[in-house]
Amino acid sequence: MTYTAWIILTAALVGLSCGLIGVFLILRKQAMMADAISHTVLLGIVLAYMVTQQLSGTAMLVGGILAGILTAFLVQMLNSLKVQHDASMGIVFTTLFAIGVILISTSVGNVHLDVKHALMGEITFIPFTTVSLPIIGEIPRATALLAIVLLIVIFFIVAFYKEWKITSFDPALAASIGIPVLLLHYVFMTLVSVTTVASFDAVGAILVVAMLITPAAAAYLWTDKLVVMLLLSGSFGVLAAIVGYWIATWLDTSISGSMAFATGLIFLVSFLLSPKHGLVSKWVKPPEIIEHSS
Amino acid sequence: MWSTLLHSNTMWVLLSTAILGIAAGVIGCLAYWKKQNLMSDALSHAALPGVVIAFFIIGEKNLLLLVIGAAASALFGAFLIQWITGSSRITEDTAMGMVLSVFYGVGVMLLSIANRSAGGNQSGLDSFIYGQAAAMVRSDVVTMMVLAGIVIFIVFIGFKEWKLYLFDASFAKGIGMSIRGMNALYTLILVTTIVIGIQAVGVILMAAMLIIPAVSARYWTHSFRNMILLSATFGGISGAVGSWISSTGSGLPTGPFIVVASAAFFIISLLFGKEKGIIVGYIQFKVQQRNSSELLAIKDGDAS
Repeated sequence: MTYTAWIILTAALVGLSCGLIGVFLILRKQAMMADAISHTVLLGIVLAYMVTQQLSGTAMLVGGILAGILTAFLVQMLNSLKVQHDASMGIVFTTLFAIGVILISTSVGNVHLDVKHALMGEITFIPFTTVSLPIIGEIPRATALLAIVLLIVIFFIVAFYKEWKITSFDPALAASIGIPVLLLHYVFMTLVSVTTVASFDAVGAILVVAMLITPAAAAYLWTDKLVVMLLLSGSFGVLAAIVGYWIATWLDTSISGSMAFATGLIFLVSFLLSPKHGLVSKWVKPPEIIEHSS
Repeated sequence: MWSTLLHSNTMWVLLSTAILGIAAGVIGCLAYWKKQNLMSDALSHAALPGVVIAFFIIGEKNLLLLVIGAAASALFGAFLIQWITGSSRITEDTAMGMVLSVFYGVGVMLLSIANRSAGGNQSGLDSFIYGQAAAMVRSDVVTMMVLAGIVIFIVFIGFKEWKLYLFDASFAKGIGMSIRGMNALYTLILVTTIVIGIQAVGVILMAAMLIIPAVSARYWTHSFRNMILLSATFGGISGAVGSWISSTGSGLPTGPFIVVASAAFFIISLLFGKEKGIIVGYIQFKVQQRNSSELLAIKDGDAS
């Protein structure tokens, strides 16, 4: 495959896995948790690097995932100590991120990890680090990793579909019929961390938030059915990746930035034009209340 | 140690981060009671495209103009969050997450174009966005201190009004205060604090300066006035300590040290705070337990 094809494929994998995970993030009203985890993953990656002294995919993945789970745990803990939920999130992620930045700029600095790279991602370098797999042959490491993560994400969504659905829409009901809500919360946070770490190399810490939240929010405006929302959100993610790449080549600018911008465009179109919740349809259609009263 | 401290530029930077810390501590209390802790995070990211666009227009790094660009862009972000939340089924945290990341994405796009077209001229812009207090020159410091001073002044002069607005909006409306006007003023001073903080601590860590001191102060007092004073103190000291530490070595980033300093205040408050602190709470619980068991013992004595 060509250089461009690998980049688009990698971006599309990011868009698809993030799109699927994002649906549950916004249904569970934990959109900002994506922001928190995407920042703290940095600390995990730095610590993993300090321990193993190499930038291997596995060490980074493990470090990032542990950092993500630690974030979820600390937020939960502060929250149980009666700190407002969003305040505990703000305290935890900024502090862990600050520690990460201090570590990078004092001991690890200038190796390969620098804050700017971590924040913005550099998808153009993806095709240069490859692994060879049986049957398939040489493929970029990040692409292989993202493909595996996508399979994991799909497996967890399909296998526990009913549980996710009930805990997302009605946690109280879920708890009363014996579904382990807290366990599922941590499983979910782990999935968010896995997706974030895997997407990290490609799109960076902050833009992964765009890929996680925005396609899902756009899909939420089009449908009331969870399955449809998942399919739509995944497709929007892929679409944003492709459109974003196209914009970036056209303007000769950052690919990850353009991908985030493209998710914004997709949301804008949905916000204006979706048949049920769009602004235009609300404007064209007279409010239902008037029809009832007449 | 003293030699670095007496170095005149370090002195100025220290003073400006301390004042920034005080302003952020004060505004943070307002944000805390409006339950908008993470709004500051969203708005500080949303400021990025404005900074780069302002840089495109003026072609150089002038703090006041960059701040105006940042503020315009952050205010537009705030408006979008409100509009999306108000006119669709999207919840506030989702809207914040979207504005935060999409604006930041646009900022990154523009920044990469600016880096390409402006050659070596953009180095100042990078330190503006990722925060490096040491890179500030005297005129930046003065701009920052004046703006922070105005923000602090606005809160103190209208203290009674702010209190009404936050705790009893309907009463405030009843006596003829304009809630809409207060909302606008609140957003304006929040955005001003955020954008002047960006250069010192960076886009990402600005949220910490607003959130952490306010939450820490909450552990020591029930009075709103004392909470603001304490939060300002915590913020000011963290700002000074953070930039002092970063001035002791080369390449030590200012923002993260400020955040870690204020996190230390938070942990101390969480443990030892007079109100709701873990240890004090535990002691009160034990005392209560003993009292009630004594009471039971007396009752038992009566019964026998």
